[in-house]
Amino acid sequence: MLSPGSGNTVIKSKLISRRMFLITAAKAVVMVGLVGRLISLQINQATKYKSLSDKNRFREWKLAPERGAIKDFFDTKIASSEPLYQLHLVPENAKDLDNLFVRLKAILNITDRKVTYLKRVIKKQKPWEPVIVSENLDWSDFSRINLFLHELEGVEPIVSVARTYPDNSSAHILGYVSQISAKDLQTKEYLKELAVPGMAIGKTGLERKLDEQIIGKVGYQRYEVNAFGKRIREIKIDEGQAGKSFKTTLDYEVQKYTNELLKDKAGAVCVMDVYNGDIVSLVSSPTFEPNEFVHGLDKAYWNSLIKNDKKPLANKALSGLYPPGSTIKTLVALSALENKIIRPLDTFRCKGKIELYGEKFHCWEKDGHGIVNLRKGIQRSCDVYFYEVARKLGVDRLSETAKRFGLGKKVLSDFIEERDGVVPNTKWKKKYIGQNWYLGETLHSGIGQGYFQSTPLQLCLMTAQIANGGFEIQPRIIVDGKNDNLRNYLKHKNENPNEALPTDLLVSNFDLKPLFKNQEHINLIKDAMFSSSNEPGGTSYRHRLEDPKYTFAGKTGSSQIKRFTEAQREAEVKQESLPYKDRDHALFVAFAPYKNPQYAISVLVEHGGSGGKTAAPIAKKVIKKVLERHELRRSVNNQIGESV
Amino acid sequence: MLQPRSIHSSLSFKDKLYSIDYVLVFSIFILGLVSILAMYSTDGGEFKYHTNSHILRFFIFFVMFLIISMIQIRFWHNQSYLIYFLFFLLLLGVKYFGLTASGSRRWLDLYFMNLQPSELMKVGLILFLAKYYHRISIENINQIRFLFLPIVALIAPLILVATQPDLGTALLIAAGGLTVAWLAGVRIKFFAYSGLAFLALLPIAISFLKPYQKTRILTFLNPERDPLGAGYQIIQSKIAIGSGGLFGKGFLQGSQSYLDYLPEKHTDFIFTLFSEEFGFFGSLFILLLYAVIVWRLVKIGNITRSNFGKLYCYSFATAFFIYVVVNMMMVLGLLPIVGSPLPIMSYGGSSMMAIMLGLGIAMSCKVYKDTPVN
Repeated sequence: MLSPGSGNTVIKSKLISRRMFLITAAKAVVMVGLVGRLISLQINQATKYKSLSDKNRFREWKLAPERGAIKDFFDTKIASSEPLYQLHLVPENAKDLDNLFVRLKAILNITDRKVTYLKRVIKKQKPWEPVIVSENLDWSDFSRINLFLHELEGVEPIVSVARTYPDNSSAHILGYVSQISAKDLQTKEYLKELAVPGMAIGKTGLERKLDEQIIGKVGYQRYEVNAFGKRIREIKIDEGQAGKSFKTTLDYEVQKYTNELLKDKAGAVCVMDVYNGDIVSLVSSPTFEPNEFVHGLDKAYWNSLIKNDKKPLANKALSGLYPPGSTIKTLVALSALENKIIRPLDTFRCKGKIELYGEKFHCWEKDGHGIVNLRKGIQRSCDVYFYEVARKLGVDRLSETAKRFGLGKKVLSDFIEERDGVVPNTKWKKKYIGQNWYLGETLHSGIGQGYFQSTPLQLCLMTAQIANGGFEIQPRIIVDGKNDNLRNYLKHKNENPNEALPTDLLVSNFDLKPLFKNQEHINLIKDAMFSSSNEPGGTSYRHRLEDPKYTFAGKTGSSQIKRFTEAQREAEVKQESLPYKDRDHALFVAFAPYKNPQYAISVLVEHGGSGGKTAAPIAKKVIKKVLERHELRRSVNNQIGESV
Repeated sequence: MLQPRSIHSSLSFKDKLYSIDYVLVFSIFILGLVSILAMYSTDGGEFKYHTNSHILRFFIFFVMFLIISMIQIRFWHNQSYLIYFLFFLLLLGVKYFGLTASGSRRWLDLYFMNLQPSELMKVGLILFLAKYYHRISIENINQIRFLFLPIVALIAPLILVATQPDLGTALLIAAGGLTVAWLAGVRIKFFAYSGLAFLALLPIAISFLKPYQKTRILTFLNPERDPLGAGYQIIQSKIAIGSGGLFGKGFLQGSQSYLDYLPEKHTDFIFTLFSEEFGFFGSLFILLLYAVIVWRLVKIGNITRSNFGKLYCYSFATAFFIYVVVNMMMVLGLLPIVGSPLPIMSYGGSSMMAIMLGLGIAMSCKVYKDTPVN
C-alpha cells in the first residue's frame, strides 16, 4: 500500500515544487515592485511629500500691525492706536456654558438676545475657536472681569488695539479707517502682502494718504495644527512692525476751537503759515464721528450722514468748489497792475451798474460808490470798478495771474478727495464748453463769478502768497523740517538792512520763487486789504481787531448761487429772507498780523449770505486764537529746525 | 521500505527544541517588538490602551505559536476538516449573533475578546484544502467530480464573509484557497474558466456592492477625485510615507500620524506610520523581515516530507506574502483601500491569533518534518 502510494507522492511533491517555483518567481517580481514604489515615494518624490506634509502641519495666522500715530504740531496724538479691552470665550475650556453666561450677565450687562446669539455661534464653530463676548469693554468692566476671572473658566480677557480719535474736530483732514474691501485689495499694491482679515486701512484724508507707511508690517504666528484644525503648539512668531508715526502741522487746539465755531453751519476754515505753507488748521463742517467707522459702521448712523443736506462726509476745504466771488478782486487788481493796465490812482465812476451790449452789470451797492480808485475798489469791493478793470485786462491775463497764485490746481498731494477747481479763460471755454468767450463773461470773472471755481484751501494759499510778499510757498501738512527758505530770507534781510545785493540775486540765493514783477504791486494790494478791514467803509470794518498784534487785513466775498431778478433787485431783497438753499455762500480771506504777516486764513460758510456778515466774524476769532498761540508754535518750530 | 525512526510521534522535548527554526522564531519576535514600537507611537509616545493590549496579545499568541509548534503535525492533519468546520460554524454564528460596527457584522463577542472568525478562516481553508489534496491521488486532481468539494469549501465561507460585508477579507481567504489548488496541480484551464466566470458575474457582483465599496474603487482609480472625502486616506498615507524620506522623521516624530492626518493608523495604516517615522530604510527593514519569514516558511515546505506539509507551508507562505503585499500596496496607493491588516504589525487580536496559528502549524511541519501524516 505504501509503495505505489509513495511513488504517487513523489510525483505529486515534484509537481508541487514546480508550481511553487513559479509562485516564488512571482513573489520576487512583486517584491521588486514594492521596493520600487518605496524608492519612488520616499526618495524621488520625498521633497514634494515633505512640503505637502508641512502644508498639512503648519497653519499661519497673520497679525495686524499697530497703526502709527498721527500727532499735531505739539505732539498731541490726534489719531492713535489705543488698547481695546475685549472679552473672548473659548467654549471647550468652559465647564458649564449656561452657568457661565448667568455669571457673565451678573457682571456685565449682556442682553439675553446677545446670549442666544452667542450660543448659536458656539454651536456652529469648533469648540476651541473663541467667540467674542464683548467687543469694547470699558476699563471698569474689564477690571471687574479680571477680579472674578478665577470663577469664570473659559473666559479670556483680551487686550487688542484699535484706531482711536480723541474727538471729531479733525475728522475730515485725518480721514477715517475701515475694514479692507475687495476693491482695496485689487487696486492697492501694498496691501497684497499686508492683508490681514479684519485689518483696518485708511479710506480718506491723511489716513489714506499715509496708509502705506503708517500701516506697518504684518507679523505672523505659525502654529502646528492637527487634522481637525486645532492648534497644537506655536512654532514661530514674528510680531511684525508697528507703522510709522507722523507729525502734522495742525494745531489740535485750533482745530477744536474752529470746529466749535463752525458748529451748526456748513462751511470750512483753512489757516496757513504764510512763509512755510504749514497748514495750521483745516476744518470742514458739519463733521462726523470717525471712531464710528473703526468697528463697522452702524447703519442708522451711516444713513444719517448720507441723507444730511449739509454733506458731513465731504471735506469742503479740499473738495468743495465755490466761485471765489469778490475775494478774487485782489488778484484782478494785481494782474492789472502787473500788466500795466491801470495805475493805482486811475479812477472809474460807479453809478451802481454799467451796461454792455444791452446787458446790465450791477454793483452790489445799488446807488453806486461814486469815484473809485484801486484802494477804494478793494475796500468797498466795488463791482463796477472791477468790471471796468477786467474789461481792460481780459480774462486770459487774469487767468494767468490766478493760476500763478495757486487757483485751478491741487494744493496738496495725494488726497483723493481734493479737487482742482476752474480758472476759466478763452482756451478753457473752447475746450470744455466748445464755445467762444464773451466779453460779458470777462466781467463776471472780474468779480469771481461765472465759471470760476475754487476750494477754500486754494483761496487760503492765494492769500498767503500775497501776505508773504508774493513768494510761492508749498503748502504742507506733514512736518518735514524743510520749507524755511522764506523765513531765512526775511531774517537775513532784517539783519542786513543795508546790504547792497539786488533783490533778485538774494531771492535766487534763498531758492525763492517770486510771483510778482514788482513787489510794490503786492504791497498795494495788501494795503487795500488793510483798508477793507480796518478803515470805515471797508466791507469787514465791523469785525476788525484793533490791537496791532492781531490786526488783520482781509477781503470779503460772496459767491452767488442764483442771480437776482430785476424785481428782487428793485425790492432790495435781503439774503436772509431767501430760502437757505438760494442764499449766497459767504467767503472771507485774510492775513494777520498786518504789520508782520504770519498766517493766512480762508473762511467759507455755505449759504451764509454776505462774507462780511457771517464769514468775517469767524475769521476774526480764529485769527486771534492762532496768533495767541504763535509764540508757542515758533518755539516748537525752532526746536524742529535744530533737530533736523 | 524501512520504517523511519520517527514514525512515532515520540520526539523528546529536547529533539523538538533542537528542530525548531530559530531564524523564523527570531524574525517573528523582532517583528513583534517593532510592532510594539509602532503601536507605542500611535498612542502618542505613551503606554495607553492600544499599546498595552497589543503587547499582551503579542506575547500570549507568541507563546501559543510555540506551543502549537510542539504539537504533532499528524494532529493538525487529522483535525483539519474539523477545524475548518468549527471556523465555519463560527462564521455562521457571526451571521446570526455577530456584533455590528461601522455597518458591517464581523465579530463574535467572546466576553474576553471580540473574535473575527473570518481571520481564522484564512488559515482554516488552507488546512482543509491541504488535507484534501494531500489525500486524493494525482490522477483524480483534475477530475471534475473531485473539484466539487474544494469549490464548495471555498465558496461557502466566501459568501458568508463577503456579505458581512467584508470584501477584502473574503478575497484574501480566496487567495489562500486558490493557492492550495494551484499548487496541488489543478489545471490552469480551470483557473481560466473560473476567472472568466468571475468576470461574467462581475456586473452582478458590482450591483451587490454597497455604495461605499463602489466609491472606494472609484477613489482608488483617481484619489484626487474627492481629496477630503474618500480619497483622503490614500492621499494622506502617501504624504506620510513620502515625507518620511530616506531616514524618516524619527521615532514619535511622525507629524502626519501624531496630528491625526493619518486614518486607521493602529490597524491598516500601521506601516505608513512606521514608514513616516523611520523612512525608506525602516520600510526596507520591515520588508526584509517579512521576506525572511516567507523564505523560512517556504524552506520548511522544501524539507518537510509529507505533501500535506508541503502544500500547507507553501500555501500559507504565499497567503502570508499576499496579506503583506496587499496591505502595503494599499497604503502605498497601488491598490484600493480594501481593509486588510498587516500580519503581526496591525492592531487586532483575531488577525494576530490566525497568523500565529498558521505560523505554529508551519513550525510543527518543521519539527515533525520526517513524520508521515498517515
